[in-house]
Amino acid sequence: MKHRRRLVLLSFGAAIALGVSVALAQTPAYRAPHRADGHPDLSGIWQAFVTANWDLQDHDAQPGLHPELDGAYAAGPGGQSVVEGGEIPYQPWALARKKENFEKRGQVDVSDDKKWHAIGDPELKCYMPGVPRATYMPHPFQIVQGSNNTILMAYEFTSATRIVRMNWKQEAPTDAWMGWSRGRWEGDTLVVDVTGIREETWLDRAGDFHSDKLHVVERYTPMSPYHMMYEATLDDPRVYTRPWKISFPLYRRLEKNLQLVEFKCIPFTEELLYGKFRKAGAR
Amino acid sequence: MKTAALSALAIAIALAAPLGGQSGSVRLQPDGKYKVPKTPWGDPDLQGVWNDATSTPLQRPNGTKDVLTDEEAADFQASLAHELTRDRRDGGADADVNRAYNDHWMDSRRLKITADHRSSLIVDPPDGRIPAPVPLSPARQKARADRAGANARFNAGLPDDFTDMSLPVRCIIRTDSPPYLPTIYNNDFQIVQSPGVVAIAPEMIHSARMVYVDGRPHLNRSLPQWLGDSRGHWDGPTLVVETTNFRTDDGVAFQGANPATFKITERFTRVDPTSINYEFTVEDPSTWTKPWTAIIPWNKIDPGEQMYEYGCHEDNFDIVHFLVGARNRQKTAR
Repeated sequence: MKHRRRLVLLSFGAAIALGVSVALAQTPAYRAPHRADGHPDLSGIWQAFVTANWDLQDHDAQPGLHPELDGAYAAGPGGQSVVEGGEIPYQPWALARKKENFEKRGQVDVSDDKKWHAIGDPELKCYMPGVPRATYMPHPFQIVQGSNNTILMAYEFTSATRIVRMNWKQEAPTDAWMGWSRGRWEGDTLVVDVTGIREETWLDRAGDFHSDKLHVVERYTPMSPYHMMYEATLDDPRVYTRPWKISFPLYRRLEKNLQLVEFKCIPFTEELLYGKFRKAGAR
Repeated sequence: MKTAALSALAIAIALAAPLGGQSGSVRLQPDGKYKVPKTPWGDPDLQGVWNDATSTPLQRPNGTKDVLTDEEAADFQASLAHELTRDRRDGGADADVNRAYNDHWMDSRRLKITADHRSSLIVDPPDGRIPAPVPLSPARQKARADRAGANARFNAGLPDDFTDMSLPVRCIIRTDSPPYLPTIYNNDFQIVQSPGVVAIAPEMIHSARMVYVDGRPHLNRSLPQWLGDSRGHWDGPTLVVETTNFRTDDGVAFQGANPATFKITERFTRVDPTSINYEFTVEDPSTWTKPWTAIIPWNKIDPGEQMYEYGCHEDNFDIVHFLVGARNRQKTAR
């Protein structure tokens, strides 16, 4: 326990050091208006416009899994790395595992409970995306900043949600797909410390992954009324050689009367998961 | 395997067909002494985690009076507790295992009837029963018959396909689709407010229903949603929410309603520091001869408790167990 706490503190330090430099570099002058409680209001619908969900690192445009069926429809856009320094610092075994994940990203096998999560991108199976991936899915998400020490983050993808408990000090009581989030303000920056993330979540379609020891520190810093800088430091001593960081802006969606519309994707993936167990001739 | 199957069956039944409570003593508004708290921007403050568990049935059991005496209420609760306890040993080993398994998940608060001792959650019509149905169109008769056939195959352990399973079993929607009715577990709701929106996050299943209170129009009817489309306004201390535009893939919505004509109106009112009166009225002239209304108390959970994420689809092993079991049964039956 003591050891774990030290790790937490270390990565806090790293996150703060890294975070401040980026925030200062990109938001020299902006001061967000404050609510009655003295903090900025991050409420609204936001979206990342990076291609990190395909690959956090540099990547070419790519065909879909079944171009013979989908043509250009399922193809993915290319894009530049959102990782500071460009590369994720994997331990050697983990880099091999990432490559294997990628090769099997489009396969599923749910015939055995024990191997249920062994292969296939969780996104393909419509599982809750975890943190930080939920932030850069190609879907908007909504922040409802309560006045009672609670911030709700609701993601369009599979109606995933998470509750950010402000100034909450407890350990994660159990692992959860979206983890357990503790929030605090550092000036105008919302800092969210996340642990207890289910080890089965991935970071992108390229097979990037983590273990159940993942510790994420996110920073949401207002850059203008319409932009926030998002930064996340990922620390996982089982998988990476050091903590590493991603950053990109989040854009406020400004369409009149915009709301999240449901992306309940379970019906889109059931055939892939369960179709083979159908009674012969049924349907 | 069997226990898991039974537990999922219990959910399916509980969600599909509620158990089966008018009350002169239901408090719809806070009394003069309680001042409903306000958010810093001046709206009534409903924020917190609330639990709607109760054993009071939706509909009044035939032959029961509308409000039970203290003694009758105690008897009712005791018999329910006996029915559900894992400590019974009168059913053989299989029943023992099932009771133990199910007890693990159950919300013990579900054993208590409403504090006002009503015998039904329905307060209007006064008989505590869902009003008489109207004759269904042939298309809706067929949709219901198809659904009933699928349920029968599932209940017999012989589902043909995943589509034979209900939306709750498939983890698409559960008690997160309004109107909210208590069930056997995971009866928590977290409310978070910011200016212009009231978010209601039911524990089961991890969705957030955004109730806009900024005067915007409803979504077009061409964009139906699984949780419907909700718009709210404040009536004094009460949040009033109107919801229509429900999506359904099998033509059957809440309690057999017609998604095309189904409308619900909910009223959330804090009546004291630890409770909300949750009232809903269901209108659907193509399903029932008149509207009906229920009231369910929501109680603030203890400060030491909290909401947990309800993952469902992610580890829905049972759906494969059901299907593989059905294929195996078919083989052995041959």
